[in-house]
Amino acid sequence: MSYIKKPVAKHPSLKPNKLGLTVRDYEGAMSTLCAGCGHDSVTAAIVRAFHELDTPPHMVAKLSGIGCSSKTPTYFLSGAHGFNSAHGRMPAIATGANAANKELLYIGVSGDGDSMSIGLGQLCHAIRRNVNMLYIIENNGVYGLTKGQFSASSDVGSKSKKGEPNTQPPLDPVRLALSIGATFVARSFSGDKEQLVPILKAGLRHKGLALVDVISPCVTFNDHEGSTKSYVHTRKNQLPIAVTDFVPPAEEITATLAEGVSTSVTLHDGSVVQFRKVAVDYDPTDRAAVMMYLEERQTSGEVPVGLLFLDEKGTEMHEDAKTVDIPLARVPYEDLCPGSVALDRLQEMYR
Amino acid sequence: MQQALITRINDFAFKLANVNGTGSASANGLLMQAIFRMGIPVSGKNLFPSNIQGLPTWYEIRVNKHGHTARTSEYDLMVAMNAETYARDVAEVRPGGWVLFDSTWPLDRSLLRPDVTFLGVPYARLCIEAFAESRERTLMKNIAYVGTLAALLSIDMDVVSGMLKEKFGKKPALMESNRKAIQLGYDYANENFEHPLPIRLEKMDATKDSILIDGNTATALGCVYAGATVAAWYPITPSTSVLDGFKSLCEKYRTDKVTGKRRYCILQAEDELAAIGMVIGASWAGARAFTSTAGPGISLMNELIGLAYYAEIPAVIVDVQRVGPSTGMPTRTQQGDILLCAYASHGDTKHVVLFPANPGECFDFAVKAFDLAERFQTPVFMLTDLDIGMNDWVIPRLTWDDNHRPNRGHVLSREDLEALPKFYRYSPEDELGVAARTLPGVHQKGAFFTRGSGHNKLGGYTEVPDEYQEVMDRLARKHRAARNWVPAAMIERRRDATFGVVTVGGCDLAVREALERLEDIGLRADYCRVRGFPFGDEIEEFMHGHNPVFVIEQNRDAQLRSLLTLETSVSKEKLRSVLAYGGFPLQAAQVVDGITAELQGGRS
Repeated sequence: MSYIKKPVAKHPSLKPNKLGLTVRDYEGAMSTLCAGCGHDSVTAAIVRAFHELDTPPHMVAKLSGIGCSSKTPTYFLSGAHGFNSAHGRMPAIATGANAANKELLYIGVSGDGDSMSIGLGQLCHAIRRNVNMLYIIENNGVYGLTKGQFSASSDVGSKSKKGEPNTQPPLDPVRLALSIGATFVARSFSGDKEQLVPILKAGLRHKGLALVDVISPCVTFNDHEGSTKSYVHTRKNQLPIAVTDFVPPAEEITATLAEGVSTSVTLHDGSVVQFRKVAVDYDPTDRAAVMMYLEERQTSGEVPVGLLFLDEKGTEMHEDAKTVDIPLARVPYEDLCPGSVALDRLQEMYR
Repeated sequence: MQQALITRINDFAFKLANVNGTGSASANGLLMQAIFRMGIPVSGKNLFPSNIQGLPTWYEIRVNKHGHTARTSEYDLMVAMNAETYARDVAEVRPGGWVLFDSTWPLDRSLLRPDVTFLGVPYARLCIEAFAESRERTLMKNIAYVGTLAALLSIDMDVVSGMLKEKFGKKPALMESNRKAIQLGYDYANENFEHPLPIRLEKMDATKDSILIDGNTATALGCVYAGATVAAWYPITPSTSVLDGFKSLCEKYRTDKVTGKRRYCILQAEDELAAIGMVIGASWAGARAFTSTAGPGISLMNELIGLAYYAEIPAVIVDVQRVGPSTGMPTRTQQGDILLCAYASHGDTKHVVLFPANPGECFDFAVKAFDLAERFQTPVFMLTDLDIGMNDWVIPRLTWDDNHRPNRGHVLSREDLEALPKFYRYSPEDELGVAARTLPGVHQKGAFFTRGSGHNKLGGYTEVPDEYQEVMDRLARKHRAARNWVPAAMIERRRDATFGVVTVGGCDLAVREALERLEDIGLRADYCRVRGFPFGDEIEEFMHGHNPVFVIEQNRDAQLRSLLTLETSVSKEKLRSVLAYGGFPLQAAQVVDGITAELQGGRS
């Protein structure tokens, strides 16, 4: 944990994006998490993703619940409105905000306590509604702020710092999301930014809820031998399913058609997600097959990572609600209030 | 039998005992509406079970030319259509009254009261003979008694046929069945009974500028006129029809005629925790948003209500109160959430609460709730109850001023922000203790971090006692400032009044009727109906100016009285409670009895 104020100096070699902003313009306050916390790497990946997507910071709304993960929106995009809400309630607040203003890019950062326990129901229903947002779960299998209790994502047999094994089966956000109709499901590792950044970019551009489960080790309470959410264990057991490239719409797709691209999906805004080095017979657009594949691999202790499933044809919340094109928050009052003549006419029905 | 001979025109009450799910609701609604259209002040109280089909259900209609339409249980006539409840229904009729029953099967001898006139019509037999289909035979039995009552009470048959035409104009077959059933009942009464009865109707001119509407529909209408675009809710009795109403009104007024797209978004949440979260999120992002619920929903919402209070986010919460605690009696009315709403959530929280007394105020206060929520950047509750919300009331026509513009409070625009050296969320404060807010997506300079954790006046995280207290003290000042913005109490004074009466919400009609009755026996009181919290100075002055002060409310624990003693300087001793909390709407008789018992019991 650092106590110094973050210096504002910019290195001259930092490359500006199309808005003339450097990566520093997408940062936030200095992190107060433990040194080496996986969450800080996720924050760095988020900063890069927004910078590379040329996003105007004020067009982002960043939301979180409560917990170590939920502190992180402070550490990126200081030019965006942030909302550190209540434990497990971020999905509902993000849903309401999105209902009011669909022009913003929504990013929710949550943890395994926040999303797999107290907020499990809200996460499920945000997925069902297909709220247009990037939903990151920084998953470390442990409650950090209350000092080391198992969370609902802890694997059976995973040991606490004191050596006590977890006996209850884990909730897996990835398989859960797939089973209830999620349209974008990924798992990544905070220690692998090259994999994480394109997934985040694709998630931000996906139409609908993009769920990214990031294994993000807790260096203080869950990084020891015997833990299945440690850096060492995750590095050893991760099973990259696919390497994902994110190609923004403006770029020539042919120029980047790298070797070995086995399949690609065009997103709503014209950008393309390309899957390379995908395991033979793995189709990231076939929900049933993906679920079966993950079931087999995870039972054997492997941790499949990558953009695991993508369906760009799902109906997003506003499409379902058939709302007007401009954000509801900006519809002029004159278009909302029916006025006195209508009221008089209506009251004839109540005679 | 003496009483039966006294003719009473436009001043009586009758009750209809039915089995729920048999179409009685439309028959009873038809009766009430017909009386309303005859220009006579009338009320209908639906006393229904928490059930879909097969359980006893009652409907009460009170007709009163003086406009006293609070509930009364002094029934002159009972329409006993439910064999299961004959015994208690017959027992409830006043001596000298009438019982109309289905004489297809003879009444048990034990039920026959000598002081009541029994009028038997073989509805089941008549309907079996007249209708072929079994469901129709059941439903039309209830419609048939409308015809009998038309003959017995002198309901204008032209009014009834007009209503059938409006209701079933597009379904001629249904209209014909209804018409036939009504005629069956009417003809039978015509041939077999002396009619009309001494209790009867005569056309008046008292309702031509009125409408017949339930409070939940009026609330929904208020939300539409206030410009609410986001509604999030979880289905719960008795508030569900607020959202049903909002939806159908929005379909009518907020759907783009060309594209079919909607200028509203209704979110049926997974629970009330989520519903209030969505409202808070939507308000934070700049929409007018509301939720509608009942006590159990408020219990669940407590957590995030505190967040909205502390982070200063507008939210409008409609609580259509029902009987608690716990699941309680979902289809019965009470005023049991007063304290819950006034102080909802952990820590030091207090809220702005509005208390409408009838559907007219539901409409006005719903509009006001959004203005207050945004002006004060805080949750605002509107507390109605099942009686106001779900029963049809005769109220003066609603009016709307087309010059009305919503008070959106202090929200900084792009231009404001550009001109500002630096934006801080909670500074500077205005004369009401409110600071300007910004919406996401407007300007990078307006970005800030909304949090429910400890923060200082600049919006930064803090655990420093002074900084925390500074914000909490401002929130208390802000709440106090709202006392001049909520609707002022309705105060009515009488000459030579010797004591005061304070009440709230749906008690209004019963209490005012009671005050007239008390005046008749020489007990004169001034009247004060609380319409908002924090309490305006006029309420405190009223209580200081009277002794004793009766506080009349519909809950066991005297919640309004508690709130008055907590939030004003009035001594607890001078406030006397009259309480009714069994779940049926308050009656004037209960108020009269409560007050006279106290005053004549030597305690005053």
